[in-house]
Amino acid sequence: MVEQILFYVISTVLLASALGVISVKNSVHAALLLVLTFFTAAQLWILLRAEFLGIALILVYVGAVMVLFLFVVMMLDVNTEHLKQGFARYLPAGLLVAAVMAAQMIAVLGARNFGTDKFAGPAELPAGYSNTEELAQLLFTEYLIAVEVAALVLTVAVIAAVALTLRKRTGVRTQDIAAQIAVKRSDRVRLVKMPSEGSKVDS
Amino acid sequence: MIESFADLAPILPELILLAFIILVMLTDLYVDERRRGILHGISIVGLVLTGVACIRGFEAGQSTEILGGLMVRDSIGDLLKVFILMITAIVLTYAKHSLRTHKLFVGEFYLLVLFAVLGMFLLVSSTNFIMLYLGLELLALSGYALVALDRDSPIASEAAMKYFVVGAIASGLLLYGMSILYGISGSLQIDEIATAVAYGQSKAVLAFALTFVIVGLAFKFGAVPFHMWIPDVYHGAPTASTVFIATAPKIAAIGMAYRLLPGALPSLSADWTEILALLALLSLLLGNFAAIAQTNLKRMLAYSTISHVGFLFLALLGGTADGYAAATFYALTYALMTAGAFGVIIALSRQGFAADQIDDYKGLNQRHPWLAFIMLLLMASLAGIPPLVGFFSKLLVLQNAVLAGYLWLAVVAAVCAVIGAFYYLRVIKVMYFDAPTREIEYSAPGDLKFVLGLNGLAQIALGLGWGPLVALCLLAWR
Repeated sequence: MVEQILFYVISTVLLASALGVISVKNSVHAALLLVLTFFTAAQLWILLRAEFLGIALILVYVGAVMVLFLFVVMMLDVNTEHLKQGFARYLPAGLLVAAVMAAQMIAVLGARNFGTDKFAGPAELPAGYSNTEELAQLLFTEYLIAVEVAALVLTVAVIAAVALTLRKRTGVRTQDIAAQIAVKRSDRVRLVKMPSEGSKVDS
Repeated sequence: MIESFADLAPILPELILLAFIILVMLTDLYVDERRRGILHGISIVGLVLTGVACIRGFEAGQSTEILGGLMVRDSIGDLLKVFILMITAIVLTYAKHSLRTHKLFVGEFYLLVLFAVLGMFLLVSSTNFIMLYLGLELLALSGYALVALDRDSPIASEAAMKYFVVGAIASGLLLYGMSILYGISGSLQIDEIATAVAYGQSKAVLAFALTFVIVGLAFKFGAVPFHMWIPDVYHGAPTASTVFIATAPKIAAIGMAYRLLPGALPSLSADWTEILALLALLSLLLGNFAAIAQTNLKRMLAYSTISHVGFLFLALLGGTADGYAAATFYALTYALMTAGAFGVIIALSRQGFAADQIDDYKGLNQRHPWLAFIMLLLMASLAGIPPLVGFFSKLLVLQNAVLAGYLWLAVVAAVCAVIGAFYYLRVIKVMYFDAPTREIEYSAPGDLKFVLGLNGLAQIALGLGWGPLVALCLLAWR
């Protein structure tokens, strides 16, 4: 019973904040509402006894990604007026598509096909059961190759980021320490022999 | 699970490829700009060695589960991989000249292409949704970066942005479909999903998941109505990237379709055959009619790709082994023809001159008859004129459509092929019957000229001797 009440409260907050993300005018508010959305989604996961995922969501998304996002939103002053052009024109078509899709999804994904009679809730777990340990066990045995491939995907992201943003500027004055050390006296000082001028005065 | 080094033996091709990727990455750090050609050499050697590893393990009809069922080593995967490697090697030869003339010759191009090839390898041999998705993302992410490689060009950036947004939506839709399938079957293994789906599942839920999976697939192929990115990407991206994105991934997409449709959802074959037939019809009609209106050769080839995807989908109807063999043959020949057509564009382009308007080819025959002849072969093959190979690949595909019970669609496809012949023949007419309006310079390096010549002549050679290649495809899909 308590669980059910919690579920409905959390879900309401989740849906309301998700709606807020796409409807509020101020983009900083939208980012903060997204934090709330992530937070409530993490609560839902913990209700489903997936506590590691819940905590990871908060640590990674709320803690790292969203903070970065907030910085970006604050630093780049995005002109939202320009982005909102044509909003009214596309609204009817968009609403129609959204309504049709929502109706279809509700018809299929409702309690008839995904009710609790078909899918039982999470089983009671024995004391001392650790979700984190189970996940780690899977990731580093059965799915080890998948983890490695995920690392490759990240490598591609790094290479792409470097290829797209690194610019070698010419004419930049920087120190080349190796060249400085390797310099010889003969490179810098030139000894010139000149007739002394004193003798001229004498004669 | 991996318990010893012997467990890694079946993924030797992937490991060799990865080793060469790392070699290219490290070499790129230390070679200076003038000697960067060595990266091209290393990449080609890597592709060849990977191909040798694929062929050595090839055994018709065999299928071994590896890495605890995440992947499979089978003759289907091996064949597709060898074809992908062949096309990539040709593409790299063309791309080198294009990169040089447009001052884009950077090591990252080779890295991204090789990473994309690795992604395709995983895509065609995964038997687990997670591996399949990771392979797809590896391919897609490299593709976005390849399109954006010419970062000072506004149209390239626009194309990359569109490609990225559309690709991300497609990945999301595919992932959603996969998650529903996981929800009802409780497994990510393709064979386990197939058995779970066959027994006592609500038809509505399955059709729902299937729709999302097919939408994701159609985006990757570029079938109508999910084709919007193709013309912009082909036109906007650097030609070197276009020629890669337009060719090899289509071969890999067949492997992906095979794992997802007959692999994971065999009991729904009636449903997905219908959806694929509809997508094929739309692609054939839109691709061919829109291509007529193009004046830019790259955009024309983009719409031609859409119509060829329509033909390719005809071969996937029914999901039979023979159909997939025909699809493989079709994709390989399509990739050869399209790579060749872009190769001609690259051969004629210079700095500041893209050679991508159809009018740029006026009177090519009078200036460079050999190049015009190659283009003639490629265009006639794309149009499907016998005895070139394009005719036979279309024939096999139409045969499969008729066998699958889609006679009307085969008739429509044949009519569309006739309509399509118009815009291919227009290029030939411009080259042979129009007077040249300007000087056309053809100063490509020797290796490009050589490969381009082979590529053109292959259209006749394969057209006359298509038997062994088709037999090989059939053997692998047995």
